[in-house]
Parts: sequence; structure tokens; C-alpha cells
Amino acid sequence: MSMNQPELNAVTKVPLKQMLRVNLRTYSMIIALFAIWILFTATTNGIFLTPRNLSNLFEQSAETAILAVGAVLVIVAAQIDLSVGSLAGLTGGVATICQVWLKMNAVESIVIALVLGVLLGLFQGWWVAYQNVPAFIVTLGGMLVFRGIVIGLTNGQSISPLRDGYVAIGESYVPPMVGIVLAVLAILGYAYFLIRRRQTRRNFGFAVRPIASDVVLFIVIAVVIGVFVYVMNAYQGIPIPIFIVLLLALLFSFIAAKTRFGRSIYAIGGNLEAARMSGIPIRGRILSVFALSGLMAAICGIVLTARLDAGTVDAGTNFELNAIAACVIGGTSLMGGVGSVTGAVIGAMVMGSIDDGMSLMNAAPFWQYVVKGLILIVAVWIDIQSKRRQAA
Amino acid sequence: MSVLEMKGITKSFGSVKVLESVDLRLESGEVLALLGENGAGKSTLMKILTGVYSADAGEIRLDGQPVSIHQIQDSRALGIEIMHQELSLFQNLSIAENFLIGHEAAYRTGPGLIDYRKLHRDVAKALLRVGLQRPTSTPVSALGVGEQQLVEIARAIQSKVRFLIMDEPTAALTEVETARLFDLIRQLRADGVGIIYISHRMEELYQIADKVEILRDGKFIGTRSMAGADERELIRMMVGRDVDERYPRRDPVPGEMLLELKGLTTHRVRNIHLNVRAGEVVGLGGLMGSGRTEVARAIAGVDRIRGGEMRFRGQPRMFRSPGEASAAGVAFVTEDRKREGLILSFSVRENLALPTLDQRKRGGLVHRARERAFANDMVHRLRIKVANAEQAVGSLSGGNQQKVVLGKWLAHNPDLLILDEPTRGVDVGAKQEIYQLINEMKAEGKGILMISSDLPELLGMCDRVYVMYQGTTQGEVKGESLNEEDFMTLATGGEL
Repeated sequence: MSMNQPELNAVTKVPLKQMLRVNLRTYSMIIALFAIWILFTATTNGIFLTPRNLSNLFEQSAETAILAVGAVLVIVAAQIDLSVGSLAGLTGGVATICQVWLKMNAVESIVIALVLGVLLGLFQGWWVAYQNVPAFIVTLGGMLVFRGIVIGLTNGQSISPLRDGYVAIGESYVPPMVGIVLAVLAILGYAYFLIRRRQTRRNFGFAVRPIASDVVLFIVIAVVIGVFVYVMNAYQGIPIPIFIVLLLALLFSFIAAKTRFGRSIYAIGGNLEAARMSGIPIRGRILSVFALSGLMAAICGIVLTARLDAGTVDAGTNFELNAIAACVIGGTSLMGGVGSVTGAVIGAMVMGSIDDGMSLMNAAPFWQYVVKGLILIVAVWIDIQSKRRQAA
Repeated sequence: MSVLEMKGITKSFGSVKVLESVDLRLESGEVLALLGENGAGKSTLMKILTGVYSADAGEIRLDGQPVSIHQIQDSRALGIEIMHQELSLFQNLSIAENFLIGHEAAYRTGPGLIDYRKLHRDVAKALLRVGLQRPTSTPVSALGVGEQQLVEIARAIQSKVRFLIMDEPTAALTEVETARLFDLIRQLRADGVGIIYISHRMEELYQIADKVEILRDGKFIGTRSMAGADERELIRMMVGRDVDERYPRRDPVPGEMLLELKGLTTHRVRNIHLNVRAGEVVGLGGLMGSGRTEVARAIAGVDRIRGGEMRFRGQPRMFRSPGEASAAGVAFVTEDRKREGLILSFSVRENLALPTLDQRKRGGLVHRARERAFANDMVHRLRIKVANAEQAVGSLSGGNQQKVVLGKWLAHNPDLLILDEPTRGVDVGAKQEIYQLINEMKAEGKGILMISSDLPELLGMCDRVYVMYQGTTQGEVKGESLNEEDFMTLATGGEL
């Protein structure tokens, strides 16, 4: 096994190979997603791939995706948050109460819901980080408490109608022209990112990847963005919930990969003791992770109630399980230390696609549960198999 | 009288050839030392012998007959037992229950039922044999490391063992426990057991081994009779080059006073007195369990200080967290690199960068390119053997992992460096490199507090050594008294 002195020129060769392998694993989920789409397109005589259906599908995956984005950080830190479904129900419910009973406007009610989400996240985080109660217990408790409060507050009635500005969050679309402008900006932004990266590498004297590989990467991303906006515009434009998911996914990917905060979360999940010895403030970090999770639950609650145009008692029930499943399908390890935001969003889309495709096929709803459950198991099994093959 | 032979054993993991046509011959009633650097293939060879791995080519013969060993049960049936380097006991179970695992069939009284009376009787006998005076129902977690090692030995030899493999059995033992272990080995040898003994401690091999076989880079280098074997020759065979002085100590140039402990007390240690100046290497020794690591933990802000005084750079200071200590310029290189030192899911680069994320930040962000440049630099400076800094740290050998742990703290440019067992489980070549690093830091004017169970190393590398006994500093050996006799006198509670 022992190799000689690290040869700096060896750096050129191996990372490429490694990159390819990592990419293959990340992309295997995307490939699986496309496979599912092709399958449903075939079984539904092409209805599945129509812009209208894809728009619906994305919109329905949005709530799971928002929670999953928050859950990635929690799970990577080797914690768990079972309360997000109930918390989404509670924060969404409070937003509707603010509008309907207290006559507040949309912005005020949104701010209150978001603040409430963060505060309740902090509350749970405090129990976990400072009182050492396991996250499973704290958030299982939170799940019951928050659901109880929703029922108490609303007396079991549904609350509507909501303000137009609020409902727009769930039901309106980014105008097609704006969508095109955003797509162009995103593509230009990505080009800028690639060029900057090449420059930095050159400045530090690292081997720069062959220009062809960057060009291919750019074309693929540009085509994906273009096709996505084109298809969405072919219906009514990008649904606002999807737009929110994209923004959050971008933001959280950035936090996870680029910030010291993100790196320390991965360190804590990878090896708590080593992270502590390296001087990372463990408690503060865990507290923050739960606060973020609470914030995401509130955003989810707002999108959910806005889409339904009502606050209901059972809003968000079982959402936490869907979010956790989405993370796991997307490659996040429940042992902590491993996971990606992109993976979680793709995981949410896999689950959404199955729901959508099977209802298009007029399959009885129970089949959705069965199939999603099996997909979850198989996804993790594939991951374990590929790791074993790598190790051997 | 029987003979165990491995012939032409070859094994690859992926594209990496770990063993290449390796032979081994062990007779009953003989102790064969297996010597080689970390990564030389010793462990893999032993795993093939015990059926954990299958060889790609080659065969195993017992008394001339080829035998097939494909799983652990196969080797057990042939009377081959192994004691692993890392303790493999179930911490949550009692001593007796640990004996039961893997031997349930012998204690079966009915479907799914266990004969606990017979088990406890047998275990008590086995414990007697290794000289461990503990009730068989004691939970393993209540035992010290040395005692656990004895349980492991007792477990390995209770069945009809014909060949016993011991992988670094003395790594965590005190002198007394080591002596007892050696008595045990001699007794087993007299009973006709063939023993393969793996250790990095040369002195031990001369005491206990009959023959020595050397591996290097997965290849068989040679065997020697231990009696009269030249230590320098063995090291040369193992490393592939000459290694100069074993402990290249440099003369200290003591500078300002960095650390002073006056009567420091925590819940584990009490009344600790010691000081470290810039530009010197100060040892902290004592028997296992005497509280050495606990002193380090108190200094570095891991354990809370309950009494006494600690001064750092002349100022009274007490660190409330490792983060606070490292910000003040104290680095604590922990003993257990897998548990406290490394994040195994991270690459070498990410591990190296962890304590010093601040130094390369740009607006609170991780600066990837700077981090890579920094990691490449560290890999080069510490001569860490990796293809590149993106390699997973878990795939490195013990010595290289230890260098990564050292590297992550060196990057911090601390004033005071606490090294807890910096060379445990590290091969001879890497040890030398770590010694060189220690000397470099000393020359740069850093203060070093070094803990080690390897007595020759401690006395060889340190300018003076504080000796601990039962949770307190019993005394200091320096100058004339920097020798094993005086050290042991203090370590066993005596006075100089």
C-alpha cells in the first residue's frame, strides 16, 4: 500500500478519476429519476411528460423538498428532526389565524410564522444541545406538542379564506418572460463560476481540468436550465413553490459546501469527539441546525397553507417521514457526516414522481405507499452495495 | 509437534497488491515475531490465516496437508486463534458473556438455552490462568485496558488453541502487565502452542521471540533467528534503508515559561505540579491509568479544573473548551486518533484544515483553493504517504494517520503542543519522522509536553520527565536520574 513521496504531478490524474466516481454516484439518482419518468411516460401514454403534469408534479414535491433541504443538515450532524411535519402544520396554521381571525396582512403573518418556526427550532435545539436529551426524543415530543397546539388553536376547524397575496405564494407562477431572464442569468452565472474556478486553480498552480470537460459540463447544465424553463413556460411558468425550492437548495448547498458552518456540521456528524477536540463549538452548531430546521418547517407550512388556501388541523401530517426518506434516497447517511442538498431535492422529486405517476395510472392510493417504501429500501441497498464494491 | 505453513500467499485489493508471494512457517512450541512497518501486510496475512480474507493465490498447509480456510470458523476448527490489536470485547457484556460469544455450542443445554454455571466455572479457570482476579460477572466496561487485554488473552487460549496470533498485545500494557503476559507466553510455548507475535517494540522481541520474519511492502524479506539478530539489520530489512539514531534528542534551549501547573486538581487527578518552557520537550510518564492523559485533558480545556492553579505565559488561565485552548495557542494531539483525532469520512485535506479553518477564511467562507494548497504543503512537509490530499483519511496506514493528526495541529502554529502517545501503533520509519518533527518544533521554540507508554522513547526524546503515580505527580526525573530505574521507582510510588 505504501506509496512514495507525494508527487505533485500525480495530482492531475487521480482527482479526475475520483471526480468521475463521485459524480457517478451523485448522478445515479438523477438517472434513476429519469428512468422512473420514462416508465411513467410509457404507462400513461405520454400524459406524464406533458408540461402541465410536470408543473403539477414539481409543485407537489415542493413541500417535501423544502423540508428535506433542512433535514439534510440535521441528519448530516447525526441528529434527527421528527417534528417538522407538525411544526409546518403549526406555523402554517398560525399564519392563517393571523390573517383570518386577527386580520393581519400577508407579510405580517409570514414574518410571525417564520419567527415562530425559528423559536420552536431553537427550543428543541436547546434540549438537544444543552440538556443532552436525544434528538429523537425531543423532536418526537415536539411532534406531539405542536400537533396538539394546532388542534387546540383551531378547534379542529379549517381556517379560510386567506389573503390573495398569501395564496399567491402557493398558487401563482413566475411570468414566462421573467423565467427566461432568470434562466439566462443562471446560465451566465454558471459560466462565470466555471471560469473563476479555472482561474483560481491556475493562480494556485494546481492542474487545471481539460477545457473540454468544463465545456461539456457547461453545456449540460445550460441545456437542463433551458429545457426546465421552456417546459415550465409551456404551461404557465415556473410555479412559485418550485422557485422557492430552487433558491433554498442553492442557498443550503452553498452553506453546506462553502461555509465554515457547513464544514463543521459535517465534522460533527463524522466524529463528534474529533470535532470537539478540533475546537468546534458543538452546542452552538447543533442549536443552529435545529433553528434552521424550524425555519424550513415554517417556510413549508406557509407554502402548504397558501397552496390549499386554508389552514387545516392535519396539515403536514407525516411530512417529516417523507422529508427523511427524500434525504436518504438522495444519499444522506443516517449515521451522520454524509449527505448533499442536491441529493435530497432529487430524492423529493423521486417520491413526488411516484405519487404523481401512479395516480395518473389510476392505481389505488395504497400502492403509492407500498412502492415508495420499497424504493426507499432499494435506494439504500444500492448505496451500500456500491460502497462495498468500492471498499473491496 | 505440528507445523503451520503459508506458501506463496498473494492478495490484492482492487489494483493494489497488498501481499506478493509471502511464505510463513510456524512450528508448535515456537514464538515467531512478525516484523514490518505499518502497511507492510502483516495484518492482511494474519487475516488470511484466520479466514477473514481469502488469498488470491497460495496455500496454507498444516503438517504438510493443504487446508482450506475461508471463514473464521475454519481457522478455529484447526486451533488457530487471534488476539486483535484493537480490543474486540463487548463493553456492555460481562467477562463471562464475552467468553460465550462464538462458543455458544459448548454451553448449550437445550434449544436456545445456556449453561451459565458451566460457563462461569470455565471462565473463572481461564482468568486464573492469566492471573486476573476479577469476578466473572464483572462488566468489561469496568475493567482497565490492561485487564481487558488479559481477558482477551484468556478468551483466546481457553479453547484448544494450537496456534495463537497476538497483534501488538503490549501496546496498552504496563511493565508489570507486560511481564505477566510474557510469562504466560512462555508457559503457552512450553505447552506446545505456536505463537505469532506482532509488535513494533524491538526490546520485546529479543525477550520473547525465537525467530523473526520480516515483511516489507507486501513482500517476504527474510527470517532470522532472534538470538544474536542485529537490531540495526532488522530495522534495515524492515525499512529498506538505514535508520540512524533511534532517539535523535537535541539539546534544549529553554526559553520563556509557557505552562505552569501548581496543585492542579480535576475529578480524575489531584495536586499536579509541572512546568514547560519554550524550546524543551517535557515528558509525562507513569503506568497505565496513573492519570497522564487526564492531565493533558485538563490543560487543553476538555476536563474541568476543580482546584489549584494553571498559568499560561505567566497569566492565570483555565480553558473551558478545546476551542478556547487552541485559540490561546495550546494544541492537544490526542491519543486515540480514530476516536478523537480524525474524521474518517473526511479527506486528508479536510482533516488537516479543520482546526485552522479561520486562517484561510474569506468572509466566513471556506477557501477551497487555499485549503488545497495548504494541504499539499502539509502533506509534503510531513511526508504523508498519499496519492493526493483528496484521499480519504481512513485508507491511510496508522503512521500516516498519526501524521495527519499532527499536521492539523502544526498548522495552527501553537506555542504549546501536548502529544499523547504520538507514536502508538506507528512503524519504525514513521516514528523517526515524528521524532524529527518533534525536534523541529523544539528548535522553533515551541514547548512540548509528551506522554508515552514507551519508556525508552520517553526517556530518549524528553529533556526531563514528570512521573505520575495514582493520579498525582510523584516526581521528576532529569539529568543524571533520567533513567529507567529512577523512573520506575517513582512510577511505582517510591521516592528518589
